[in-house]
Amino acid sequence: MILSPASAAGLSRRAFILRSGAFVLGAALPTRAVAEVAGAGEGGAAIAPAPGTRVAAFIEIGADNTVRFLSPFVEGGQGIATGMAQTVGEELDVDPARIAVECAPPGPDYQVVNGMRLTGGSFSTRTSYPIVRRLGAAARDMILRAAAARLQVAADTLTTSDGVVTHAASGRSLAYGDLAEEALALSPRNDVPLRDPRTFRWIGKPVGRIDVADKSRGLAKYTIDHAVDGMLFAAVVHAPHYGTEPKALGNEADVKAMPGVHSVHKLPGAVAVTADSWWRARKAVEALDITWTDPAPTGIATVAADFSSDGMLAALIGSTESGVSVEAEGDTAAAFAAAAKVIEAEYDAPYLNHAQLEPPSAIARFNDDGTLDVWLPNQMPEAFQKLCAEAGGVAPERVRLHQPMLGGFFGRHFTYGTGNPFPQAILLAKATKRPVKLVWSREEEFRMDAMRPLSFTLLKAAIGADGMPTALTSRTVGEGPLGRYFGMSPDPSTVEGITEKPYAIPNRAMETVTLRHPVNIAFWRSVGHSMNDFFYEGFLDEIADAGGQDPFALRKALLAHSPRHLTLLDEVARISGGWRRGPYTVDGTSRARGLAMASPFGSETATIAEVSLEDGATKVHNVWVAFDPGSVVNPAIVKAQVESAVALGLSETLVEQAVYENGVRRDANYDTYQVLRREMMPAVHVSIVESGAPMGGVGEPGLPGVPGAVVNAVAALTGTRVRSLPLANTPLSNA
Amino acid sequence: MFTLTINGEAHDVNVDEGTPLLFVLRDTLGMTGTKYGCGIAQCGACTVLMDGSAMRSCQLPVEAVGSSEITTIEAVEADDVGKRVVAAWIEGQVPQCGYCQSGQVMAATALLKQTPEPNDDDILYGMSNICRCGTYNAIAAAVRQAAKA
Repeated sequence: MILSPASAAGLSRRAFILRSGAFVLGAALPTRAVAEVAGAGEGGAAIAPAPGTRVAAFIEIGADNTVRFLSPFVEGGQGIATGMAQTVGEELDVDPARIAVECAPPGPDYQVVNGMRLTGGSFSTRTSYPIVRRLGAAARDMILRAAAARLQVAADTLTTSDGVVTHAASGRSLAYGDLAEEALALSPRNDVPLRDPRTFRWIGKPVGRIDVADKSRGLAKYTIDHAVDGMLFAAVVHAPHYGTEPKALGNEADVKAMPGVHSVHKLPGAVAVTADSWWRARKAVEALDITWTDPAPTGIATVAADFSSDGMLAALIGSTESGVSVEAEGDTAAAFAAAAKVIEAEYDAPYLNHAQLEPPSAIARFNDDGTLDVWLPNQMPEAFQKLCAEAGGVAPERVRLHQPMLGGFFGRHFTYGTGNPFPQAILLAKATKRPVKLVWSREEEFRMDAMRPLSFTLLKAAIGADGMPTALTSRTVGEGPLGRYFGMSPDPSTVEGITEKPYAIPNRAMETVTLRHPVNIAFWRSVGHSMNDFFYEGFLDEIADAGGQDPFALRKALLAHSPRHLTLLDEVARISGGWRRGPYTVDGTSRARGLAMASPFGSETATIAEVSLEDGATKVHNVWVAFDPGSVVNPAIVKAQVESAVALGLSETLVEQAVYENGVRRDANYDTYQVLRREMMPAVHVSIVESGAPMGGVGEPGLPGVPGAVVNAVAALTGTRVRSLPLANTPLSNA
Repeated sequence: MFTLTINGEAHDVNVDEGTPLLFVLRDTLGMTGTKYGCGIAQCGACTVLMDGSAMRSCQLPVEAVGSSEITTIEAVEADDVGKRVVAAWIEGQVPQCGYCQSGQVMAATALLKQTPEPNDDDILYGMSNICRCGTYNAIAAAVRQAAKA
């Protein structure tokens, strides 16, 4: 769904959030918050051309007939570059395989996500699809007009085919490249008819990804692979306790004398060494004898000396603050008073690292003309440009961003305050008067990455004599990234996945309590949905059990009003060979299945997982996902994204957790921070259902159903109801 | 000064003893196809071939290379097995973010050189590299495809 800023402004923010069904970044953000974070003036749109309309800003056609598309979105594995090539190529009439897609620089032309620009919230395709089609069609129209002028014929006597204009009557043809200069100088028309979808050659087809060959040959260049002339390499160590500062360097002279070392620098919360190679810089900075200021002794207002994730969870559980209502319907008090049965349960999920494989890095270079070049991974160019300008002491328009593809996305590349190296690289370039390439070691990344927040929710249900839930209440305590980075209150990212559910439970009261995390928090693939859908769907199975109902049958009954959801339930049952909960025996081992649904980012999912136990650990054999994003541009990429999201969802379900002990993060590398590995990967079966509903997101929605489905399967198998992730923390045995 | 044989060519490199081969490749020689991921031989993004066997170059000090032949992703297609692996990777549309895939391709090439017809366990133990995008199934399918080709 395209939500124009005007339609958002027409409603109060709260009403908009409640009515839109979209607890999502961009659609739900107040304009001022966007402007503040993105560095865009509110009046900017009045003087700039409407975003997404200036063809020359997006499409470049070379004299050699090469086509380049400047994308508002950054590629990070989600396949958006290919989707852009398919969409613009379809209307432009150029094979997407011949279109090079690059991340566009900052600028008003590219603010096509509900009036702003970011790659995130699973927004890219669904917001830009009609815009990119129009750009392609307008460009083709300009080429036709240029050809008509050149050939002295009427434009409607011309046809195009993969980058060539033909005048059939005279047998003449011209390559787009021959016409590009004249064509792109014309004014785009905004009334060019779009191609009839029935004639699509590339949109909706499993077109090969345009970046796969380079990525298979090691040719893809990420930020960490870039270099500039004359640069120094830099390495840092950060304060062991977040928020403390370097006080004294005991052996600075010795370290400065190490081979290749250029200089030693105290930075906010860190110490850096620059050298003629990164390895030398790293060895040197790690050889420094640094005294840091002391953290606060105790508490959760800061990352105190005794701060722990267990202590933080206890504080969330122990909060007595009254909550803010985020969803209210009916009369829950009356429903609970009349209930045949009442159940309640506490659910929690831990902090998580992004753990993308590319360690963060940045290159900063001040130029003689007063401009600043910065190479960095990012998913919101205007916000990063503004922060680079602040760090470098230059005006934002003097900052040139270079934005290579991302070596793993997962929500890692938002600004996150201290969570990125680019401000340090800029300070070091300024101090050394040299270009500086700063790479964080994997260990520094695990210590400094902004994390998916730890969260806690108390759920209560009233169940009638017929076993059906009559009321549901929830109390969520914590903090989410939309609150922290966009000032939203109440913060939808704390409760998305608990509110706005499709189930017909007549009386509901959901509330949220903000309790600030002293640590750096982040968006993490599927954001609040990554845990809240687990809380909700786990509890829904508890409701089913308490009411003596089968979980599949209960969901069907609660969704009887919604054909879209019933279709998905039937489809996931079909592809899994028919719903059966188990336990049942396969090859002498007991297995069981669990079901969960989710409605994230405008898409709908139904997920079934099949599990057994192997040496007391959960083994997932199969995951089936019926996925309805409305309609799709590339079914192969959509399936790959769902499988990828399933893998990340399994990772957090089975093993992942970022743990604080004594004020520091316990795990600093993949040896102890566990992520999904090959032996944990199940078979994944994805069925795409194109309901024709407004286009939803693709990159994230495959994840939220996974934890609930797996945990519900484990409950069916073992009789143990796990309410805290990851499963590795709970001893399990067959029932 | 060390003399390394990389992709069939001799390279003289002036680096400190103890420097991991990974950073010699990337920062001294500018061969950035081999990736830094973890630095502790956990993730496998830095995998190269050393005399045809998979080796995690982040934990391989430059002085330990000696006269061994190093093959990196930049030259993997000069090898018949490596060429089949890359073709299978493209055919199977394996990469997503792609950052781990150089290492995956090198690990697969080493596996197929040693075990031309790997079974599921061979793939499990031979392909221990981490992929955060979760392309494990696509990788296994591509390894089987390359074995057949």
